[in-house]
Amino acid sequence: MSAVLEISGLQKTYRSRKGVRKALDGFDMVVEAGQVHGFLGPNGSGKTTTLRTLLGLIRPNGGRMTILGREVPDSLPEVAGSVGAIVESPQFFGNFSAQDTLSLLADAGGVAPVRVTEVLELVGLRDRAKDRVKTYSLGMKQRLAVASALLKNPKLLILDEPANGLDPGGIREMRSLMANLAASGMTVVLSSHILGEIQLICDSVTIISAGRRVAAGSVADVLESHTTASIRVRLEALADLTASAAALRDLGAQVIVESDHLMVSGVAQPSAITRTLAGRGVYVSELSPVVADLESVFLELTGTAPVAGEHRQVDQTIMSPTGAAPGGWGR
Amino acid sequence: MSLYTAETRRLTKRRFTRFFLLGVVLVLAAVAVGMFITNEKSTPETVAAAQREADQNYQSALQQAAQDKAACEAQANPQDNCADMWQPQPSDFQAEWFMPATFNFRKQFPDMLTTLAAILAVMAFVIGASFVGAEWNSGGMMNLLLWRPRRLQVLGTKLGALLVALTAVTAVLSAIWTGIFTVIANLRGSTESMTSGAWQSIALMELRGLVVVLAAGAIGFGLASIGRHTAVAMGVAIGVVVVFQFGLGTVLALAQVKFVDAYLIPAWAVAWMNKEVKLEDYNSCVPGPNGCEADTLTLTWPMAGGLLAAVVIVVVGVTMWTMRKRDIT
Repeated sequence: MSAVLEISGLQKTYRSRKGVRKALDGFDMVVEAGQVHGFLGPNGSGKTTTLRTLLGLIRPNGGRMTILGREVPDSLPEVAGSVGAIVESPQFFGNFSAQDTLSLLADAGGVAPVRVTEVLELVGLRDRAKDRVKTYSLGMKQRLAVASALLKNPKLLILDEPANGLDPGGIREMRSLMANLAASGMTVVLSSHILGEIQLICDSVTIISAGRRVAAGSVADVLESHTTASIRVRLEALADLTASAAALRDLGAQVIVESDHLMVSGVAQPSAITRTLAGRGVYVSELSPVVADLESVFLELTGTAPVAGEHRQVDQTIMSPTGAAPGGWGR
Repeated sequence: MSLYTAETRRLTKRRFTRFFLLGVVLVLAAVAVGMFITNEKSTPETVAAAQREADQNYQSALQQAAQDKAACEAQANPQDNCADMWQPQPSDFQAEWFMPATFNFRKQFPDMLTTLAAILAVMAFVIGASFVGAEWNSGGMMNLLLWRPRRLQVLGTKLGALLVALTAVTAVLSAIWTGIFTVIANLRGSTESMTSGAWQSIALMELRGLVVVLAAGAIGFGLASIGRHTAVAMGVAIGVVVVFQFGLGTVLALAQVKFVDAYLIPAWAVAWMNKEVKLEDYNSCVPGPNGCEADTLTLTWPMAGGLLAAVVIVVVGVTMWTMRKRDIT
């Protein structure tokens, strides 16, 4: 399988009176042809900066990028016809209709006018195509943005938060659209915070935090490599939780005491748990392995899981254990 | 070429462009109607009426002068010389001064052309600023650059489409303006002494008017693009008027600087449109054959053209440089 998109060592630094901020700090990413690739990261982690840099809107301070085997931004004019993209929230001139907006883009890009009707149909805007964009809901604008990205019938489709503002039906339609596009051979890069959707749609993911890649690979591989093999243990009597936790810790396990159960990890065999507890006259009512989902892996990798009583700031991630991110203002 | 077509379509489809152009046409129509109503063709009847009024005024003046002289002589002192008092002459009451306003095409149409150029320049500035400012503000520029990732080509084509459209509008309106005032001159004045040379001069003035319109459009476009918002161009325009025209004008006048008008835009605009403007410093005294004369400074159209070109080159140059260098966020 050949790489449609390759990024290595990408760097972007912003300077201001407040100091220097590294938005991208040697970021790497590879997307293979025909995949739906999820691009994940907390707010301010560098996702949009990466996409803007890739599309020639921002100049990088270092690193190398290729799209369809061509170096960008130098060869961007040559490959732009094969790349459809929406970056951040959809923005259009409010007084034009969807038909006008797409028709002007088609004119500028030398796309046949019939394609405008096709993509409007595809994203479900056919009946509202002649209404002014400023009368559209956020979800409808999002559909229009996806339509504009699809207008060129691209080989690589880059969508930044395409499900933003969509209703549940729209999200499902978007999922099915992505699947169909990928089946037709199009490579799709999807940036989203709806991790359940990413897990359902994507073949592979890249997770970014504080401008660096923290995980990459197929969804299954990422889940497997970051699953901690926790086991949920419920007891017949809640009063035994504390004593049982101590007994399991003596066994060498890591134990988290929850309100009505224990989360146990670091034991070779689950049977060791039942044996130990039964030996102390404590009986187990539930013993179930906890399968990690993408959301928990994401929160673990980026260190952005909420903590009771704390208000996490946008630059606080696992890359910045002391609070202020290494890439934060004032560095 | 497809990008140029798309940009021309984008410009002409915008409601702001259409409404502003409609407003300008209405203002111009009001000016033309006003000139038509307030002027009247010279006929033997109006000449005779004016002559009668001039004669009546002459007679009244004679009577008043006689009364004044009698009053003077009644209380004459030895030093008074009542015989030297002003005596009205027929030449002091010429019939043409009592004629209704009549539109003399050769004398008055140049001012009408300056009016047209000024109104169209304001339109060009605002439409130029709004055309690109709205694109930056709405995110349309980013969308366009995702399709055409050649920044200078995109902005240059956009500017080109604007200037070509402004040229077309100015040419059409100038032709209509000339035609309307030719009709007004025929119905409410005269077109006498309009030789081919005079028409050529009118055509050249219209050409200079077109240059002003294009320069205003390019400057408005450039300022809005540098600031990435229409309001930036408007703010700069208001700032220039307030700071340079009123503020600087007042300060220089208080400091008794010579030729204050030379630091203000209107003098240069008139110099460009009328080929030259002569500024006089009434505080100075230059010895001449008739005694003390005011010092003068003549601003010519090449000087004004050079200044205009410099401003346009700087603004458009900075616009292109920022487009090339700045991140698009």
